[in-house]
Amino acid sequence: MLVTKAAPARLCSLPVSPEAAMFVLVEMTDTVRIPPWQFERKLNESIAEELNKKLANKVVYNVGLCICLYDITKLEDSYIFPGDGASHTKVHFRYVVFHPFLDEILVGEIKSCSQDGVHVSIGFFDDIVIPPESLQQPAKFDEAEQVWVWEYETEEGAHDLYMDIGEEIRFRVVDETFVDTSPTGPSSAEASTSNATEEVQKKEAPYTLVGSISEPGLGLLSWWTNS
Amino acid sequence: MAARSTRVLMSCSRKDANAALLSNFEVFQLLTDLKQQRKESGKSKQSSGQQNLNTIMYETMKYISKTPCRYQSPETVREFLIAMKGHKLTKAEKLQLLNHRPVTAVEIQLMVEESEERLTEEQIESLLQTVASILPGDPEEQQRDSAMETEGRSSQ
Repeated sequence: MLVTKAAPARLCSLPVSPEAAMFVLVEMTDTVRIPPWQFERKLNESIAEELNKKLANKVVYNVGLCICLYDITKLEDSYIFPGDGASHTKVHFRYVVFHPFLDEILVGEIKSCSQDGVHVSIGFFDDIVIPPESLQQPAKFDEAEQVWVWEYETEEGAHDLYMDIGEEIRFRVVDETFVDTSPTGPSSAEASTSNATEEVQKKEAPYTLVGSISEPGLGLLSWWTNS
Repeated sequence: MAARSTRVLMSCSRKDANAALLSNFEVFQLLTDLKQQRKESGKSKQSSGQQNLNTIMYETMKYISKTPCRYQSPETVREFLIAMKGHKLTKAEKLQLLNHRPVTAVEIQLMVEESEERLTEEQIESLLQTVASILPGDPEEQQRDSAMETEGRSSQ
C-alpha cells in the first residue's frame, strides 16, 4: 500500500505549511510473531521488543527513519497456526519517525566536501547533501584542501570563508528522495554479467535529504553569530 | 554505519502518514524514559536484535542534547505555546521556534514563511523577546550576559 504525501496547495497569500516536523508519529499496523519460548513474558513487552527489533534505525519507504516505538494502540487476538508453534498478533501502534518537512531549518555538522557538494550529518542520520548550486554564492571548491569555500565579497575585497569538516552548519531541507532498496529479482537475459556485478556493488542510501544554504542566516553558524 | 535496509516495510502497513508532530523536547523525554526503563528491566541489551535500537537511541539523544530543548520542561513548553497564540503562526513554525530558540531577526525570517509580509519589525522583536524570556537558554551564557550588563552599567 503506497501512500504518497500530498503537496500542500497554495491558496491566496496565506502560507500553508505541511503538517510535519523533524520527528513525527506514524500510525502503523503489523503482525508480530512471538516464538513459544517467549510466552512466559508479558505480551506487550515481547511485542514492543519485536517491533523495535524490526524497525529501529531502519528506513521505511516514503515514511522516514524509524527511531523507537511510541505506544501500542490496539492488540488484536493472537492466533497460532498449524505447523508453527508461535503466536501471531496483529498490532496497531505508533512509531517515532525522523522525517523533516520541506523548508524546515536544521542544524548539522559538516562531514566532508566533494565535487558533489557539502555532505552534512546529524549524528543519527548521515545522508544529507548540499549541492554546489545551493551554496552561498560565489563558491569555489578548493582542490588542495578538499573543501568548499564561500568567496564573500566586501568593500575590501573577497573574503574566503572555508567550510571545514566538523563545523556546525544551519541549512534548509529542500528535497528528499526515497529509494526502494528491496532486493530485485534475477536480472533480465539482456543484462551482461559485468553489469550485474556493478549493480550489486552500488549501494544507494534508502533516504537522502537535499539541503540549501543560499539564504541570509544559513551556512556555518560562525558566519552569523554576533561577536 | 551499516547500510539501512528497507525490506522491513513490506509487511507493515501505514495508516496515517503523520499522526502527530513531536517537538525535540518530547522525543528527548521519550528516549530518556525508555533508556531508564531498559536499564531497570535489566534485560541483556547486547542481544543482536537490540543493537539497532541502542544505536539509534544513543545517536538521537546525542544530537538532541546539543539543542536548546535540553533546558526545557513540560511547563516551559506549555507556557511558550500559550504565549504564541496571539502571533498567528502555523504549527510547524511554532515548533521550529521551540526547537531552535532563535535569538536574531534573521533566524525568525528563516523559520516563518513570508515573514516580511506577515510580521512587522516590532512583531519580530516581540517574538524574540517572548522566545528569550520563556524558553531557557544555556545557563552559563545567560550568566555571562547578565554579568556583562552589570559591568556596563557600573562603568557608566
